[in-house]
Amino acid sequence: MRWIRERMVLILGLLVLLYTFVPIFVVVLMSFNKLPSEQSKIYKFSSFTLDNWLHPCADPSMCSALGKSLAIGGLATLVATVLGTLMAFALVRHRFAGRSAMNLTIFMPMASPEIVMGSSLLALFVAGGFAGQLGFWTILIAHIMFCLSFVVVTVRARLAGMDDTLEQAAMDLYATPSQTFWKVTFPLVFPGILGAALLSFSLSFDDFIITNLNAGQTTTFPMYVWGVARKTVPMQINVIGTLMLIVSVTIVLIGEFNNRRRAAAR
Amino acid sequence: MAEQGLRKSTTGYLLLLPGLLWLVLFFVIPFYSLVAASLYDPAGSDFRGYQMTYHWQNYTDALRDYGKPEGWNHPFWLILAAVIGVAVTVGLLLRARRGTSQTHSVGSYVGYGFVGALVGMAVLYPIFKALFVGGAPMVLSPLLRSLLYGALATAFCLLLGYVLAYAIAFKSGRWKTLMLVLVIAPFFTSFLVRTLSWKLLLGDDSVITHVFQALHLIGSNGQLLYTPFAVIAGLTYNFLPFMVLPLFASLDKIDYRLIEASRDLYANPIVGFFKVTWPLSLPGVISGTLLTFIPAVGDYINAELLGSTNTRMIGSVIQSLFTDANDYPAASALSVMLMVLIVGMVLVYVRRAGTEELL
Amino acid sequence: MSKVAEEQEAAGPERGADASFDGLRMRGLTKEFASFTAVKDLDLDVPTGSFFALLGPSGCGKTTTLRMVAGLESPTAGTITLGGKDITRAKAYQRPVNTVFQSYALFPHLDIFENVAFGLRRRKTGDVDAEVKRMLDLVELESQARKKPAQLSGGQQQRVALARALINQPEVLLLDEPLGALDLKLRRSMQIELKRIQTEVGLTFIHVTHDQEEAMTMADTIAVMNAGVIEQMGAPAELYENPHTTFVANFLGQSNLIEGTIQKRDGDLVTVDMQGVGVSVPTHRTHADGDRGWVGIRPEKVLIGDEGEALDAPGNTIPGGVVTDVSFVGVSTQYLVRMPWGQELQVFEQNTGRRRIFRTGDKVELSWRPEYAFLLDHAQDAHAGAQLGDD
Repeated sequence: MRWIRERMVLILGLLVLLYTFVPIFVVVLMSFNKLPSEQSKIYKFSSFTLDNWLHPCADPSMCSALGKSLAIGGLATLVATVLGTLMAFALVRHRFAGRSAMNLTIFMPMASPEIVMGSSLLALFVAGGFAGQLGFWTILIAHIMFCLSFVVVTVRARLAGMDDTLEQAAMDLYATPSQTFWKVTFPLVFPGILGAALLSFSLSFDDFIITNLNAGQTTTFPMYVWGVARKTVPMQINVIGTLMLIVSVTIVLIGEFNNRRRAAAR
Repeated sequence: MAEQGLRKSTTGYLLLLPGLLWLVLFFVIPFYSLVAASLYDPAGSDFRGYQMTYHWQNYTDALRDYGKPEGWNHPFWLILAAVIGVAVTVGLLLRARRGTSQTHSVGSYVGYGFVGALVGMAVLYPIFKALFVGGAPMVLSPLLRSLLYGALATAFCLLLGYVLAYAIAFKSGRWKTLMLVLVIAPFFTSFLVRTLSWKLLLGDDSVITHVFQALHLIGSNGQLLYTPFAVIAGLTYNFLPFMVLPLFASLDKIDYRLIEASRDLYANPIVGFFKVTWPLSLPGVISGTLLTFIPAVGDYINAELLGSTNTRMIGSVIQSLFTDANDYPAASALSVMLMVLIVGMVLVYVRRAGTEELL
Repeated sequence: MSKVAEEQEAAGPERGADASFDGLRMRGLTKEFASFTAVKDLDLDVPTGSFFALLGPSGCGKTTTLRMVAGLESPTAGTITLGGKDITRAKAYQRPVNTVFQSYALFPHLDIFENVAFGLRRRKTGDVDAEVKRMLDLVELESQARKKPAQLSGGQQQRVALARALINQPEVLLLDEPLGALDLKLRRSMQIELKRIQTEVGLTFIHVTHDQEEAMTMADTIAVMNAGVIEQMGAPAELYENPHTTFVANFLGQSNLIEGTIQKRDGDLVTVDMQGVGVSVPTHRTHADGDRGWVGIRPEKVLIGDEGEALDAPGNTIPGGVVTDVSFVGVSTQYLVRMPWGQELQVFEQNTGRRRIFRTGDKVELSWRPEYAFLLDHAQDAHAGAQLGDD
């Protein structure tokens, strides 16, 4: 009894953690689910099957939506990471006027409700006469916009935490500014940039509210799921969900493993 | 010495330019478009175009349609509730200041009184109506409901999230990083797919529903799905990482020796928590609640997937006004109102909590 | 030109006064920041191949000076020449100067081998493998070559930083308080190490520190710096035994400074009326203009005895002292003696065992040999430099 009391907080914490994982178990479980009938709308486990995994694209529109999401995610990540990294460098290493206004502009998207951001972008596109051209490119524009702030914050934190005497040491040891950047600064900031890219991709892939307002006829994966949610839900969406989980956990574990390996080589 | 490291050159501006331009073009300027759209003549459409007629009534119309709760029409009880709210708030204020030399400006009394009136109306009026007036139950408007659900979800997130963050920060030892990873991992599975899982977990045949029925928390044929409970549960679940991470960051910074010092000075664990840990973790609490509340209010995915027409949130309304009804002016007006409300609440909250630096 | 540079030039050609001086030379070096001036019109010649210490309290401008020599800070005015070449405007990576940083600044993402090889690789000179191995042997870290800096102890990191700089055989090696982060014992052994390496390698070392003991132990020449200017420069013993300013007198070790009026300047000797007692100071040890001054005497040079006891010091005897504090420090006993004019003087007596230890309240007489006293300008602050430095 005493043992439990001492660890009460930890146990409670683990319970909360478990709570966050229960729906994940359901996702994995349902990826092996077989719907009782073609038109079943009830979301319930009925029988086990590997069909979903063997035929992930049984509904072609799902895979096409998935493709769109991946493409947008990739492009948005690329652009947002590059632009955001540049901004982070500017903020940490340079002096300029209007810093607080700039900070506000950069950090507001992180704290605004998505519905408002989506609405305002839609209003912009409509006012600009692009009402009929909503689709891939408007979605991409929106995604780059909200990913930027997250990239800036992530890279900035990494950069600010870097000891700037290292660059002085490099210059003292005959490295030109360009060499200093590529041999010292960049390798040290890179983990932050990578983290920011991963964050960007998952934010973009997962976005629904802003995307939905600015998508026109295009369908991304979240929009597809939304569309089928009230009808027959193909279990393949759970396959995708499970895959995403596996990929991201693997990436994070690889990173962790690297860290531990470096620390262990003492 | 850091001052010397910053370069004054134009390189800074050049680096900043592309990203900043993007943000200005696609975040700042759109907001103006939104405000402009909210003032369009509602008689237009996105095919025929809109006329800008500074039609302020869009706001009052939207407020009337989606902001006012139904059944809120007994002025006597409303005023009584407001007055009680003000009285209680001012009384608390005066009592809190007793014994200290602090005096408050008239302005702050007015401010707090106003908040007191609102809270009084929100809490007491429904009670009065139920007790003394009867009749059809009060139905919240989508706007008020969103604020309420958002607040409730944030409160639950704070409760659960604080426990988890505390456990990871102080009680996890070697497993700290692993636990952090586990907190973030679900975040990488599609948000919508996860929310659909709750349909299974709260369905009529699920374990949880049966447990609730057995405990008589709901009727023997009671439903969990499509109720406010399901919506709030979904919201809490989805935004938990947004609460846990800032809380953890704040708690992790606390030097455990401070807590040990409080023990040395005769504080039992509970007192120690309230006097030492909680105040020091406040920055994290503030960031966490803001990062949770703001998106939660605007979210409508949970409400649509797990709720019913009785749990409609303002996000749904705005979304359908845009896409289904093509009523851009009304939708924009609602959007702007939501934004102003949230910004207003954030400012009040941040000012009261005494922190201006959130990030 | 500053007084210090004049003295240097007056000291003769072997001190590098002529134009063919091939060491490090600074003239009129100034660095102004927005709110204050860190270095004011500094003139300095650092002899080649010497172990030179730049000593001063925090904020005196010594680190700024070092950074200007390294090229990490650009001077507001003045010139720096090295081996006859003007390097004032040269960038850090163009100068044959290397630095050992206070925080070591080892590249965390590179292993020890690559850290040390960094400079060589940038310049694309030499047989990298062989040179790095040789240098790691010199600092006794061959076995750690493939580890990362984070896996090494503080002392080991310090040696890597040193190796990384030395391997490039710079004309001048700058050390910015490199021993500050080490514990006492390690610091002492590193002081000896550094001195040994410098003698072996023969390069010019400029060591910046606030620890006067460290400077005196290691350096051939010390320049004492205060508020952006050099107060005095010379060999450690010179500076210690014959300080020219109150700052130097108080910063290096401790001094008793007693007010006095100059009565006669007579050839080799200066006579001073020091609070009613007549004392004399050799002329080459007086640095006061005008008719008033501070008579200075180091506590360990003061002899303490019972009233009326004949002390072995003809000349400067001061009666009427009362012991107010006694501190037994093992090696010595430190006394505070209140003199008739109210000042408390410090007296350090080595515990040779030949004499009893005085007690508080004892009436004593003090005396010292005139050749140990010095006379400083009255206009200077008698407390300048005191309680700063070695903590």
